[in-house]
Amino acid sequence: MVNKDLSVSLCGLRLENPVIPASGTFGFGLELADSFDLNLLGGISLKGTTRDARFGNPTPRIAECTAGMINSVGLQNPGIEALVSDKAPALRKIYRGAIIANISGFSVEEYAYNCAQADACPDIDLIEVNVSCPNVHAGGMAFGTDPASAASVTKAVREVVRHKPVFIKLSPNVTDIVAIAKACEDAGADGITLINTLLGMRIDIKKRQPVIANKMGGFSGPAVFPLALRMVYQVAHACGIPVMGCGGVRRAEDVIEMMMAGATAVQVGAENLRNPMACPEIIEALPALMDSLRINNLQDIIGIVQ
Amino acid sequence: MQKRIFKIESNELVARDTFRIVLRTDGPVAIRSGQFVDIAVPGYYLRRPISVSDSLPDGVVLYYKVVGEGTKIMSGMTPGESLELLAGAPGVQVFPGAKKAPEKYLDTPAAQRPRANCITGLGFGFHPEKCSSDALLIGGGLGAAPLYLLAKELLAAGKRASAVLGFNKADEICLVDELKALGIPVHIATMDGSVGTKGFVTDAIAAAKPAFDRFYTCGPLPMMKAVCKTLDSPGDVSLEERMGCGAGFCYGCTVQTASGPRRVCADGPVFDKEEVLW
Repeated sequence: MVNKDLSVSLCGLRLENPVIPASGTFGFGLELADSFDLNLLGGISLKGTTRDARFGNPTPRIAECTAGMINSVGLQNPGIEALVSDKAPALRKIYRGAIIANISGFSVEEYAYNCAQADACPDIDLIEVNVSCPNVHAGGMAFGTDPASAASVTKAVREVVRHKPVFIKLSPNVTDIVAIAKACEDAGADGITLINTLLGMRIDIKKRQPVIANKMGGFSGPAVFPLALRMVYQVAHACGIPVMGCGGVRRAEDVIEMMMAGATAVQVGAENLRNPMACPEIIEALPALMDSLRINNLQDIIGIVQ
Repeated sequence: MQKRIFKIESNELVARDTFRIVLRTDGPVAIRSGQFVDIAVPGYYLRRPISVSDSLPDGVVLYYKVVGEGTKIMSGMTPGESLELLAGAPGVQVFPGAKKAPEKYLDTPAAQRPRANCITGLGFGFHPEKCSSDALLIGGGLGAAPLYLLAKELLAAGKRASAVLGFNKADEICLVDELKALGIPVHIATMDGSVGTKGFVTDAIAAAKPAFDRFYTCGPLPMMKAVCKTLDSPGDVSLEERMGCGAGFCYGCTVQTASGPRRVCADGPVFDKEEVLW
């Protein structure tokens, strides 16, 4: 087998491979440091962070579904100060790959403030702005379901972030994903991550009440892969900026498929929760799969499907 | 953490809807009381966290109740079939934190504590080392399961233990004979009065008046709440919560405690009585 080149270039950042655990499914990275060598990962997207520490939603926060799950964690996090002064530096000590800060907020000003903090932190390589969390009120997804709001967050963040690429992470709970992605591009985004989770619900028929304490939550898992792939394809072909594909990815084949649809990097989300070794297993499987598909460089297949 | 394949040695109905499963693997196992394993059930998306009732040299004994589709599938599995378990990292989680280490290692720096190359449990379990001489084990329903391993640890450390177990009805009773076989007195409470004291475990404790300096409880929340409100002595409480990853990185099972937000899977499932906010 010829040596396979798994590396990709993401806004000038060289990733050893395109596989990145998605925000919210990998903590701050350190939690998994005893499970496998984190340096196998192309990047790590850290837990979504707000200005102030948040407890998040009441439990139950988790509901199982066929081929997926619902979460309603509600952005539990220790706050931006803990991210830039504690979590990111601690991860940097043991991890060489791309560290991605995932930033949330409840106002345009808060997004800008948090992103400025992340921009000033030398241990963060890329900023992913989450305008798509379905689990918080008066924030999160409210900014990502309308082109004008998404653009206003992007613009405010773009004005304060001087050093790092800014990706906007979009919600699939919209009618026209391309319009929102283009609005972000026009407002200065360096890239788009999609998709976040789909708003979903389960009912415990014995108790006659929702399984999730917050009633609804974000649905993710293999069931959403075709929908995510479709949105990645649409956005990657409509926009001139790179896309990180996310949604239902569970195996090396899915990574290739996402990249052929147009993703430059691929995030793995819910699968980490059922299999904490999912990312290293996918990375290990990629070279042989590439060989069977006659692919030598992953960079070559990005968006090859027209 | 690590994924390991275990083979089913036996999987038997021992009480109403209650199964005892013995699993063996190809490596040494050293799981402490109150820790759990996270089982992948074929065909179901998330794993099932189940507390360990006994740690065998190369396996585990678990008790589980058929409450839904996943556990129903498990109950139909037969000896020889395999299950994939998520367990603790090799040796690393045996004595991870200064406050969690057995007494004899408390003065030993964490890096110098023994690290056996073995399969450990997930989470932090009970603290038998915090019991001075006499422990009271209080279980409700299947909550009795982890108390068995705890009783063994206490006895091995030269301490005495007695148990009070509560069940709804006689046909749910399990683990009583096993605990008695260890030589510890077991008092039973049933809601319908068919066996032992009629009423709650707190009624049985009041009737039996066992001597103890620390209690350990696992069972339904209302029962543990009543226990903590009734008993003045210090104690360990094993919490249960719907989990996502089972290993501390999804934040799906966080509860508020006196010392801030804590993940039941990775900071617990066992918490000090004083930490739990009822």
